[in-house]
Amino acid sequence: MVPAALSGRRTVEAVVIGGSAGSVAVLSRLLPGLPAGFPPVLIVVHVPPSAPSLWVDIFAPRCPMRVCEAEASAPIERGSIYFAPADYHLLVEPDRRCALSVEPPVHFSRPAIDVLFESAADVYGAGLVGVVLTGASRDGAEGLRAVHAAGGIALIEDPATAEVQTMPRAAVNAVPGGRVLSLAALLAELVLLASES
Amino acid sequence: MDSAEAIEMRLLLDAVYHRYQYDFRQYSPASVRRRLTLALRALGCTTFSALQDRVLHDPSTFPILLRYLTVQVSDLFRDPRYFRALRERVIPVLRTYPSVKIWIAGCSTGEEVYSFAILLREEGLLDKTILYATDINAEALQAAEAGIYALKRMKLFTANHQASGAPCSLSSYYRAGYGSAMFDRTLRKNVVFSDHSLATDTVFGEMQVVSCRNVLIYFEHALQDRAVGLFRDSLCVRGFLGLGAKETLRFSGREADFEVLAPEERWYRRR
Repeated sequence: MVPAALSGRRTVEAVVIGGSAGSVAVLSRLLPGLPAGFPPVLIVVHVPPSAPSLWVDIFAPRCPMRVCEAEASAPIERGSIYFAPADYHLLVEPDRRCALSVEPPVHFSRPAIDVLFESAADVYGAGLVGVVLTGASRDGAEGLRAVHAAGGIALIEDPATAEVQTMPRAAVNAVPGGRVLSLAALLAELVLLASES
Repeated sequence: MDSAEAIEMRLLLDAVYHRYQYDFRQYSPASVRRRLTLALRALGCTTFSALQDRVLHDPSTFPILLRYLTVQVSDLFRDPRYFRALRERVIPVLRTYPSVKIWIAGCSTGEEVYSFAILLREEGLLDKTILYATDINAEALQAAEAGIYALKRMKLFTANHQASGAPCSLSSYYRAGYGSAMFDRTLRKNVVFSDHSLATDTVFGEMQVVSCRNVLIYFEHALQDRAVGLFRDSLCVRGFLGLGAKETLRFSGREADFEVLAPEERWYRRR
């Protein structure tokens, strides 16, 4: 299979990223490397329901992209990173706005990666890139499968070098067509994809 | 061009509306699609068309589908800062009224209702207040009226209640037994539980406070505007509107009708 980034015909409309244990450190290396005009990035990181909202404080000063916590109905725009708020699922509406939900937790988590990935795959189809990072959960595997099934690109942090390999390993097993990449390669791939779109 | 699935989904919601008068046609597609997909799997159907066939011809299917479409999870004193702001910013104004009416819109299984009732009792206002607790799901309203919750949830509820600035322990408001916590029935003495739809029903009284949290997040724009319009028309001048922690009037067409009282806690006042 020709890597999508090399085929030169794909337009990346959005990137979804899911992480759990250990992923804040990974995002700290990944997100500052994304240029200001990058397609919208939507992120679910597993956090406890009562976690204070610190995403903007942690990432905004270090990222060329705008960093915010997703609000209900907010339009999803190029150049922005949207974090799912604690205790809410984050979904994508067909008119490309953020949707939030307080449906029951999935894989013991709200927000859940599967919920974001599945709804984003419905909307963006082949224009979506899904990324599963380190974590001690099965969340994200089904969602990444949906991303791939809809024609999108499935990227997985290499379980061999991930801080906790359970989650990327589950994603590798669920998505045979997914591409396993080291952290450095992951960043390079994302930037390359974006430079073509 | 719409996918076959998108068309089927629209037809299913049309069928539900015309057969059962529940209107989900202007609910947010992302969330409705997810919930219908879960219902589809649970009911063993393969397509939304098959589900539509069952919903129309088998009367026992609709209550199950409704449960999926209205699934809502809340806690007592969810987002304690919201209730702290209610205590500190709203209650002092309510004290100046001879009587108070409060509308809890989309009360689901009642967690919000008991939170308000407890807080009003603590502030000495419960006896002069009438609370209207409304929802579209009759099963949920019955649960709300019963006021019984799993005992294992009390740890979180108690912590939330404390964080809201409570003067005493939550345990003084319920009796525990058989794994359940049953809330003091006198808390709901002035509560009117009623079936009401923000999509199809209208204003039913003049309120000093409307609280509607994590309900608008499931609505499309037009329906959000309808609901917020109902709240505005229900509220007295300078009445209070409280929303969910991640909800905002900023993207609605009705922002100008309200001023922001507590931006972080999502309390607004009618202009």
